Amino acid sequence: MPTVSMTVNGRPATGEVEGRTLLVQFLRDQLRLTGTHVGCDTSQCGACVVHVDGRSVKSCTILAVQAQGCEVTTIEGLAAADGTLHPMQAAFREHHGLQCGFCTPGMVMSAVELARDNAGLTEAQVREGLEGNLCRCTGYHNIVKAVLAGAEAMQGQRPAAAE
Amino acid sequence: MANPTGIGAPVRRREDIRFLTGQGNYTDDINRANQTYAYVLRSPHAHARIREIDVSAAQAAPGVVAVFTGRDMAADGVKGLPCGWQIHSKDGSPMAEPPHPPLAVDIVRYVGDQVAVVIADSLGQARDAAELIEVDYEELPAAVTSDRALAAGAPQIHAEAPGNVCYDWHIGDAAAVDAAFARAKHVTRIDLVNTRLVPNPMEPRSYIGEFDRSTGEYTLWTSSQNPHVIRLLMGAFVLGIPEHKLRVIAPDVGGGFGAKIYHYAEEAIVTWASRKVTRPIKWTADRSEAFLSDAHGRDHLTTCELALDENANFLALRVHTTANLGAYLSTFAPSIPTYLYATLLAGQYKTPAIYAEVKAVFTNTVPVDAYRGAGRPEACYLIERLVENAARETGVDKVEIRRRNFIPPSAMPYNTPVALTYDTGDFARCMDMALKLADYAGFPARKAEAARRGKLRGIGFASYIEACGIAPSNVAGALGARAGLYESAEVRFHPTGSVTVFTGSHSHGQGHETTFAQIVADKFGIPIENVEIVHGDTSKIPFGMGTYGSRSLAVGGSAIVKAVDKVVNKARKIAAHMLEAAETDVEFRDGRFTVAGTDKSLGIGDIALSAYVPHNFPLEELEPGLDEQAFYDPKNFTYPNGTQICEVEIDPETGVVRIVNFVAADDFGRVINPMIVEGQVHGGLVQGIGQALLEHAVYDPDSGQLLSGSYMDYCMPRADDVPSFTVAYHEEAPCTHNPLGVKGCGEAGTIGGAAAVMNAVVDALADLGVTHLDMPATPERVWRAINARRPAAVAAE
Amino acid sequence: MYEFAYHRPASLAEASALLTGNEEARPLAGGHTLLPTLKQRLAQPSDLVDLGGIAELKGIREEAGGITIGAMTTHGAVAHDQTVRRLIPALADLAEGIGDRQVRNRGTLGGSISNNDPAADYPAALVGFGAVVRTTAREIPAEDFFTGMFETALEPGELVREVHFPRPDRAAYAKFPNPASRYAVVGVMVAQRGGEVRVAVTGAGPSVFRWTDAEVALAGNWSPAALDALQVDADGLNSDIHASAEYRANLVKVMAKRAVAQIP
Repeated sequence: MPTVSMTVNGRPATGEVEGRTLLVQFLRDQLRLTGTHVGCDTSQCGACVVHVDGRSVKSCTILAVQAQGCEVTTIEGLAAADGTLHPMQAAFREHHGLQCGFCTPGMVMSAVELARDNAGLTEAQVREGLEGNLCRCTGYHNIVKAVLAGAEAMQGQRPAAAE
Repeated sequence: MANPTGIGAPVRRREDIRFLTGQGNYTDDINRANQTYAYVLRSPHAHARIREIDVSAAQAAPGVVAVFTGRDMAADGVKGLPCGWQIHSKDGSPMAEPPHPPLAVDIVRYVGDQVAVVIADSLGQARDAAELIEVDYEELPAAVTSDRALAAGAPQIHAEAPGNVCYDWHIGDAAAVDAAFARAKHVTRIDLVNTRLVPNPMEPRSYIGEFDRSTGEYTLWTSSQNPHVIRLLMGAFVLGIPEHKLRVIAPDVGGGFGAKIYHYAEEAIVTWASRKVTRPIKWTADRSEAFLSDAHGRDHLTTCELALDENANFLALRVHTTANLGAYLSTFAPSIPTYLYATLLAGQYKTPAIYAEVKAVFTNTVPVDAYRGAGRPEACYLIERLVENAARETGVDKVEIRRRNFIPPSAMPYNTPVALTYDTGDFARCMDMALKLADYAGFPARKAEAARRGKLRGIGFASYIEACGIAPSNVAGALGARAGLYESAEVRFHPTGSVTVFTGSHSHGQGHETTFAQIVADKFGIPIENVEIVHGDTSKIPFGMGTYGSRSLAVGGSAIVKAVDKVVNKARKIAAHMLEAAETDVEFRDGRFTVAGTDKSLGIGDIALSAYVPHNFPLEELEPGLDEQAFYDPKNFTYPNGTQICEVEIDPETGVVRIVNFVAADDFGRVINPMIVEGQVHGGLVQGIGQALLEHAVYDPDSGQLLSGSYMDYCMPRADDVPSFTVAYHEEAPCTHNPLGVKGCGEAGTIGGAAAVMNAVVDALADLGVTHLDMPATPERVWRAINARRPAAVAAE
Repeated sequence: MYEFAYHRPASLAEASALLTGNEEARPLAGGHTLLPTLKQRLAQPSDLVDLGGIAELKGIREEAGGITIGAMTTHGAVAHDQTVRRLIPALADLAEGIGDRQVRNRGTLGGSISNNDPAADYPAALVGFGAVVRTTAREIPAEDFFTGMFETALEPGELVREVHFPRPDRAAYAKFPNPASRYAVVGVMVAQRGGEVRVAVTGAGPSVFRWTDAEVALAGNWSPAALDALQVDADGLNSDIHASAEYRANLVKVMAKRAVAQIP
């Protein structure tokens, strides 16, 4: 069986996998990072979204071996080490952007990339930018509010982080 | 002073931190030592006889622990999945109730029916091995629609149900309705389809069964809305395991919407088989399997007629519905198109005579049961479609016709002609709020402006009412329920002043850990941080019925209040003893017990400590401890109601319908957490919009294959399909019969949503002569409706 | 998924060697069609040859006034590339509308055209712009490359290296997405280069095709109104639960007009 090594949430991770092992299976079953969820089998629901080398991807549609040597960030790696929520996580809580919580990790990971790539997001851009993530609970209303607020908070943090 | 985390405050949810940081604990996140994985082999045929199953190659495959078929389970005494509600037909005969084995025996009846289970060390191995099972099928003709199943010469799906009829039921006064129609000045009639939907909670169903040989105890982790119900149904009826040897845990559950109420075959399979293989077994549906095995919703064919007098007053309503129940009776299936549907046919209107007939039919499709709203969206849809068509046909404005026919607040409590008693409701008030928020008066100008851009604009209403808070047990029992429908709570004060609340309700997104804690903190006058809500584990919580039918707050919350009151009464006794006062002189307010007219007082925390350190209690009169349990059985249903207004714009070239505005004004009684309530409305509305515009479970009528069996073809609403919403509510008509005055909010959006959208679509097309469109109003369907009615315009292009 | 052997060659030569003569081996590009197919157990390759490690297959460059894009370039990279935006904005727009954000972060040009899904977007761009597909063996004009539903001119073992897009004078793409899958129910690329107008249609038929009547009409009169008198024959168009052939025929015309209307 192939061995795969990558950096997950800043820490090295190595494991033996089958060729057919998906990245999401490696994360969930071997690393026990169960925050990343599987909600469909046709690469559409986005519950499994993680960042690979800084880009949001559906971890159900990439083999673990394809992430060899990559930097992977999951929902577990988003908050600060002291537990302080990432501004996007905090905005989801403040604006009630989650109900059952199942789509939430993928939704947040997608939103973080969306906000990072686009300054001055509009509601329409957020709605379009989340087309790869399905939520059945919220009707998206509060998710959109949360992403707009989270994006603004991330902008506010940016200069500070750069200093 | 109002408690900032008490009743009425938009408290941020306590459960969010774990969900936002990936620390949620859903069933598939749980792994047990030495765990195996189950894969369920499903029927590829809609209807077939199993001549033979050869599992020998699968059994010998790498990693395989065991393979079982329906015959193995039957031989071990496993019974069929039970049905929790019995309906009687018009003639008094009980419904047909054919057996539903967890794994099919001899006959498969829908694509997806369980045929065998493979248990292996890994899921990949189980699935590999399942392909080695050889099933010799003799294909039989299938019927997937109600019409086809009822036709002469239709294939017989169950020997126990001649003609594929489960029951032929009715409600109301047929003679009074006939008489009213005979004298009517106008009759509005619609033939409509209420489409089949797939609920699609984002977390697929997942189960782990485990048997402990040392104690003889089984544990089932399940993505269920009601763990005690599962324990009772599976333990008592299917597997014969007594309650004290069966623990059912529903941990974090990723949405339900009804689909996770029922007892499913796979729960019984993994629990039963865990003893056979003496290892834990996990089964998790993939989405494709969910489409083929989660209970579907709706699927009605309906003819409905509304009789009106010369002043557009409603005289009578006549409804005939054929309900497709699928291949087997799901747990509560029989009650949905009957007591959760036809009893709501009065809607908000004083229609004096109503008669409904419902024929329920078996077909070769996935079983159908409650999906968010469950029967009530179907009722609302037909009523509100009739009302708007009647308005158009009689030339009375859609607002005026509603106002004229609303049951006025002064008539409350109001007995409808279909068996319900509405306790409160001010329907005009909600409509007026909605009219203002939607700027109804400005609509003609907006329509004209849209027309100048070449767009068709329409506005549609849904004035809905629902019966929630299911249910008074005596009423439910009289109507055929085989269960009580109360709720339980235990409120346990700990010695140092913190409180744990055990509830029989279950949260799978509703935020009980926050809302219930608000109630308890408010009632006790203690910080919300000192309150913990426990749900979902039969070994911890008292026997309760779980969460569905917008019942958690109205029934479960009321049970908590009842238990809180018991705790306060007990604490008052202790306070009286400690303060050396008469019990009747001790008042409780804001967390303190005070002797009336004195400054002698004690905090409830002090009382709790002494309750557990009873050094000087008069033990004959006063027990130690501060821990009370309550069961609350409601006196009536609750009746949330409101008006939703949807405005759409249609692109006539493509038929695309865009929702440009959506307003909901609701009466949910008293609101505990407005933030959570609004979130429930938003989510409900999008499920209504989904049915109206996007979602549709489509079967191939010949092969019985589900054509919309994945998100590639079943259109789930996405963020860019829907608008933001304007949501308002009033609290001026609280429920009269529960201690919180609450009505429930979980289904409201879905109950009115589809009707409001479809009324807006028909309104936009009305000038072209369109009087009805079936759901979903897909671009092609709308485009066809437009082009069928204006050939001249098309030719001119 | 069935088990398979995984390979990650570092060069095209190595990849070709792994694929040539092994009919059970499949190349893996972005994986957003292949991996879902494998998950459903609808294919059982013995070997997967991951092209993701081959540097020469990635990248976007200006060439002869047009643009050349490596086969393993993602849709997202095309959508956001400044050179593409400057030279052929319609191509960037088309790429930006494929699938969703995460699909665009993984899905590739080479993978998309080699699969030739009748509802994919890229074939409309290739045919509309008169692109040339450069493979490990030869150069193939776009119109010869797409041969039928899920079929291309690629021989076994032959891989797309890159695609060269000549720059049109003006072009626009209008798509009517499938509301569920977001693939194209109909996508129309309208492009003009010199005296030639091309109207390439994807989604509507078994494979991308040119609507020649529209090309003639637009060559004489570049305006949406030029298409008013035309009708698209529904015969031979796709029909499924989302859209009948007749409705698709309507959409071809409407989308073509909307594409033309986008261009000043």
